[in-house]
Amino acid sequence: MRKIVTSVIAGIGLALACGTSVRAQDKELTIFWAEWDPANYLQELVNDYTAETGVKVTVQTTPWPDFQTKAFTEFNAHGDAYDMVVGDSQWLGAGSTQGHYVDLTDFFNQHKLGDVMAPATIKYYAEYPGGSGKYWAIPLEGDAIGWSYRKDWFEDPKEKEAFKAKYGYDLAVPTTYAQLRDIAEFFHRPDQKRYGVAIYTDNSYDAMAMGVESAIFSYGGDLGDYATYKVDGITNSKQAAAGLDMYKELYKFTPPGWGKTFFVEDNQAITGGLAAMSMNFFAFFPPLVNKATNPYADVTGFFANPAGPDGKRFAALGGQGISVVSYSKNKDEAMKFLEWFIKDETQKKWAELGGYTCSQAVLKSDAFQKATPYNKAFYDTMFMVKDFWATPEYAEVLDQLNQNIYPFVVGGKGTAQEALDKTAADWKATFTKYNRYK
Amino acid sequence: MASVALTNLDPASRAAARGWSDLTIRNLFIIPTLVFLIVFNIFPLIYSLGYSFTNFAANRAEPWQFVGLQNYRELLSDDHIWSNFVITAKYVIVSVAGQMIVGFGLALLLNRSFPMKGLITTLLLLPMMMSAAVVGLFWQLLYSPSWGPINYVLGLGDFAWLSNPDSALYAVAITDIWMWSPFVMLLSLAGLSAVPQHLYEAAAIDRAGWWYTFTRITLPLVSPILLIALIFRTMEAFKTFDIAYTMTTQPTAELIAIRLYKQAFQQWDTGKSCALAYIVLIMVLAITNLYVKYLNKVKER
Repeated sequence: MRKIVTSVIAGIGLALACGTSVRAQDKELTIFWAEWDPANYLQELVNDYTAETGVKVTVQTTPWPDFQTKAFTEFNAHGDAYDMVVGDSQWLGAGSTQGHYVDLTDFFNQHKLGDVMAPATIKYYAEYPGGSGKYWAIPLEGDAIGWSYRKDWFEDPKEKEAFKAKYGYDLAVPTTYAQLRDIAEFFHRPDQKRYGVAIYTDNSYDAMAMGVESAIFSYGGDLGDYATYKVDGITNSKQAAAGLDMYKELYKFTPPGWGKTFFVEDNQAITGGLAAMSMNFFAFFPPLVNKATNPYADVTGFFANPAGPDGKRFAALGGQGISVVSYSKNKDEAMKFLEWFIKDETQKKWAELGGYTCSQAVLKSDAFQKATPYNKAFYDTMFMVKDFWATPEYAEVLDQLNQNIYPFVVGGKGTAQEALDKTAADWKATFTKYNRYK
Repeated sequence: MASVALTNLDPASRAAARGWSDLTIRNLFIIPTLVFLIVFNIFPLIYSLGYSFTNFAANRAEPWQFVGLQNYRELLSDDHIWSNFVITAKYVIVSVAGQMIVGFGLALLLNRSFPMKGLITTLLLLPMMMSAAVVGLFWQLLYSPSWGPINYVLGLGDFAWLSNPDSALYAVAITDIWMWSPFVMLLSLAGLSAVPQHLYEAAAIDRAGWWYTFTRITLPLVSPILLIALIFRTMEAFKTFDIAYTMTTQPTAELIAIRLYKQAFQQWDTGKSCALAYIVLIMVLAITNLYVKYLNKVKER
């Protein structure tokens, strides 16, 4: 018995010793991100880094609904499982004020990233608090809400004629929400299993909020004053209520059972030939131009989020920046990786692989804008984006918005004004609780 | 515990050869379980009770403060939480009642001999052997208004079971009934097979009708075991999370366990979520206690 115990202990010791020595020799970095195509593109990109430096970089992923929970569980435990995280823009407040992210201000200034990356991406993916000049992430994946549509339906002469007869103007890519609504109504033919539009309605994370805020922003509304936390009269302004009303109006023309939908369902609305137009983040568009995944790839077009009644035009920002986790044991190595990542040639390769670079030089290049049918719309959108609250209590604020607007949009309960009045009251109480009004 | 009489070890056994006493063996069995229970159940339970009186948030570096009963006060005066409790109560009533009726009905049907009885019983037990999250995802497809077979069979057209605020909760309850009726069926079958046959024979001699036999013999004799099934299913239904979470995001189907999850792991309001967990625990304990008291009365009869 003693012999067995001794040999088991010796075996464990040997294994541990080997493990430690292997780790010491081969440096490894782990990047945590959500499970989606861009993460695969990033893995392809970082393989080049491994080939150049010998440092193995792994992109670890988890499904979207678990992304926030899993990342913050690790942060809260001060775990070192991830060296870097490609975190949502809303996480900046929590990541920076709670000590989870390494301060990258010096790195940012040293490499003059303010001139390299697109302004909106710096404002929303990197800086916290807004206007402070403190940076916590390097913009990695630019993203925003855009639209795909069925070009063949739009260009069908009979449809064009019928549309003109009904609405008095030509059927074309919508430039305003009012046109988008008319087109959605026009193509909504449940008896033919054809529907007008596919929008986000999932309220388990930020999907529906992103769709709703795109409409609110374009209608001239805002979610609040992010600098002073003022919400009364802003969150529940008439313009914001009109934007929310429009979103509810669009819900009327969605396919049946459209009550828990996010990027998968919205892409299926196009690949399944269900809807004329579909909202989605640009990052989810690559499968729509691939014939293997979309039988209608040849006839699928793309456009940027339309304007509101006063010509204001905004889109909800998605996308993420890459941050160094302060509990990582490989922070120096992670900084070296970031130096490689911001190089022009790396950014160019990143865009070629399918990643949405935030590098101004690459975005402005003809090669990028013509690379896919949606890159031009993406470029246009990245200069008219606005984001959700990035305050540390954003999860609570997001949940309150979901609780108030979902029953109105999907359940048809109450009015847009009531939903936003309640949201403003809830947010005010939350911000008061966290001493935001000093 | 020391006064419990223990049987002596067989002197020829290996344990005796190693010099172990029966007390040593008892401890070997009990201590790991006790340690496990204390570390993973009792300790977190007490710890979370402490947290429930603080404003502790697991994602914040700032030190927490003792807030007394504030979390409990805020929760119990929050309309959203009460609406979650009402939703949960409706869900428990519909789903447990459905399971009792379907489960007991199936048990009555199976409590006789017929060809392939074993196979059919096994097949009927399959739903409860599946993972709840998988069941939720499957039923989400079955309910789909575009291609789901349920609307096709029932001729309901485009009826959106899970997107309709009025039907979402009942759609989830139907799924729960499908999944857990076999559990009630299994317990009821055990109860039914234990009813002495001679009672039925005596009733037949007295020319008692089916209903009379059922209400005077079957039901009273099976009711203790039915009550046990009722206790288990009520407790479980009260805690339901996975099926509902995977099937719908309708606020009208947001059970208290889902609210608790959001509060604890999306908003990281740890102190308040601990308080909510305790409120739920107390409610489950109170309901279970009522049942147990009633069960004891039924047994005494």
